[in-house]
Amino acid sequence: MGISKFLYHLGRYVLMMRTAIARPEKLSMYYRETLRQMNDIGIGSLVIVGLIAVFIGAVTAVQFAYQLEGSFVPRYYIGYIVRDSTIIELAPTISCLVLAGKVGSNIAAEIGGMRQKEHIDAMEIMGVNTAAYLVMPKVIAALFVIPMLVALAAFISIIGGYLASVPTGLMSDAEYVLGVRSFFEQRNITMMFVKSLVFAFILTTVSCYQGYYVKGGSIELGRASTNAVVFSDILILLADYLIAIILT
Amino acid sequence: MIRTENVFKSFGEAEILKGISTEFYSGQTNLIIGRSGAGKTVLLKLLVGLLSPTSGNIWYNDVDFCNLNKKDLRAIRMKVGMLFQASALFDSMTVEQNIRFPLDMFTNMTKKEKLDRVNYCLERVSLEGVNDKYPSETSGGMQKRVGIARAIVLDPIYLFCDEPNSGLDPKTSIVIDELIRSITEEKQITTVINTHDMNSVMEIGDNIILLHQGEVAWRGNKTEVLESENQILRDFIFASPFLQRLRDTALEK
Ligand SMILES: Nc1ncnc2c1ncn2[C@@H]1O[C@H](COP(=O)(O)OP(=O)(O)OP(=O)(O)O)[C@@H](O)[C@H]1O
Ligand SMILES: [Mg+2]
Repeated sequence: MGISKFLYHLGRYVLMMRTAIARPEKLSMYYRETLRQMNDIGIGSLVIVGLIAVFIGAVTAVQFAYQLEGSFVPRYYIGYIVRDSTIIELAPTISCLVLAGKVGSNIAAEIGGMRQKEHIDAMEIMGVNTAAYLVMPKVIAALFVIPMLVALAAFISIIGGYLASVPTGLMSDAEYVLGVRSFFEQRNITMMFVKSLVFAFILTTVSCYQGYYVKGGSIELGRASTNAVVFSDILILLADYLIAIILT
Repeated sequence: MIRTENVFKSFGEAEILKGISTEFYSGQTNLIIGRSGAGKTVLLKLLVGLLSPTSGNIWYNDVDFCNLNKKDLRAIRMKVGMLFQASALFDSMTVEQNIRFPLDMFTNMTKKEKLDRVNYCLERVSLEGVNDKYPSETSGGMQKRVGIARAIVLDPIYLFCDEPNSGLDPKTSIVIDELIRSITEEKQITTVINTHDMNSVMEIGDNIILLHQGEVAWRGNKTEVLESENQILRDFIFASPFLQRLRDTALEK
């Protein structure tokens, strides 16, 4: 992708977002749409996020146990490592990468379909600010719901770590709990929420952008949906790196 | 009144409209006719601002429509109703929700008032009792009529219809034409219709514009259609030998 193409997309993205930030024509319509999106994004993603979180915690515990084997690091450190690595990195990043796949592709396909079937044109003719009506409720819903999902994922991961280490005899109940309660830093929770807010914003707006400007037919719609996921993922990882540099 | 001033439109190399200057009057049904691919839909989309002209200008009364800011454009659009060629109904909403959408978005009517208004519009397009059907559960002609109902629900001052009666049987087609004509006269609105329906041309053609190869090849009203010697118009309207004979007998009388 050439630099000019990148600038072109960036420009159009900024333009869409600038149009999207406007006073709603009718607050109740935006409110209703936001609730619908919260339900779709939040409730709709509970199972998958929860499932992934259990395994993240379990795998982290098992692998660190393996790496620390024979070293002089006390075993209860595993609980501490599971807690911090999921809170700081794994819960926000992996959850949001998965949500980009699930929610992002869905958003791009929904808006893209509306563009192709002239629904967006029809709304524009009525006088609706379609950039605002189609983008804002999704962004606001995601900014509310995704941090909650991530917090839940972090919590479930810690339980996952417990399930993988205590019943299997890797360590005792007391050791894991001691680990989880050691060296707690408030700042890491802040970092988790900053990450999830930024990632939520990226994945919804990038997906809306991909759908909003779709042209052509079903092949292009499929491509837009894929692009939504790919570009969201790349930008999420990039943002992850930048936040890590800035906040640590 | 809407006026176009030397409007050009090209897509890449293809020049679709080459200098259209014309007027669409209020209180009249203005018809844009022309062969398939002549650029009728493109012209209509230019008129509502879904496309912008390559060069030239469009005026809504004294307002320079092409250079409006977004806010003023939206203000005008709230007075615009449009039926799309493919209807463009929101397919995850029922017929009632479709027609109610502009009311929900822009009015403070109560639930009851909205429902009454929706039913009134449905009645005008002879579609009572389909409120709870989804667009995919209705026929193409019904979708057209729902599209018209949605276009008129906010009492537009400008009404644009892209082929309102393609896909309708002759009887329903006449009902729709009559509906559009009566709304136009009642409220003295500016109505622009794309059509290649002969009946419409003869029944409601107050101001007819024939597009041909990107230019206005002929303009006039329904009585002038019969008498015109313009070859392009005659080839278009009286396309078959049967219609030519019909025209000749009509003129003899
Ligand atoms: N978005 C576009 N990009 C490129 N070319 C287009 C576009 N829209 C329309 N055209 C071209 O413009 C020409 C006119 O199309 P238009 O849809 O206005 O025809 P029409 O008169 O409405 O025909 P019909 O009666 O079949 O609906 C066609 O040749 C079409 O290929
Ligand atoms: Mg057309």
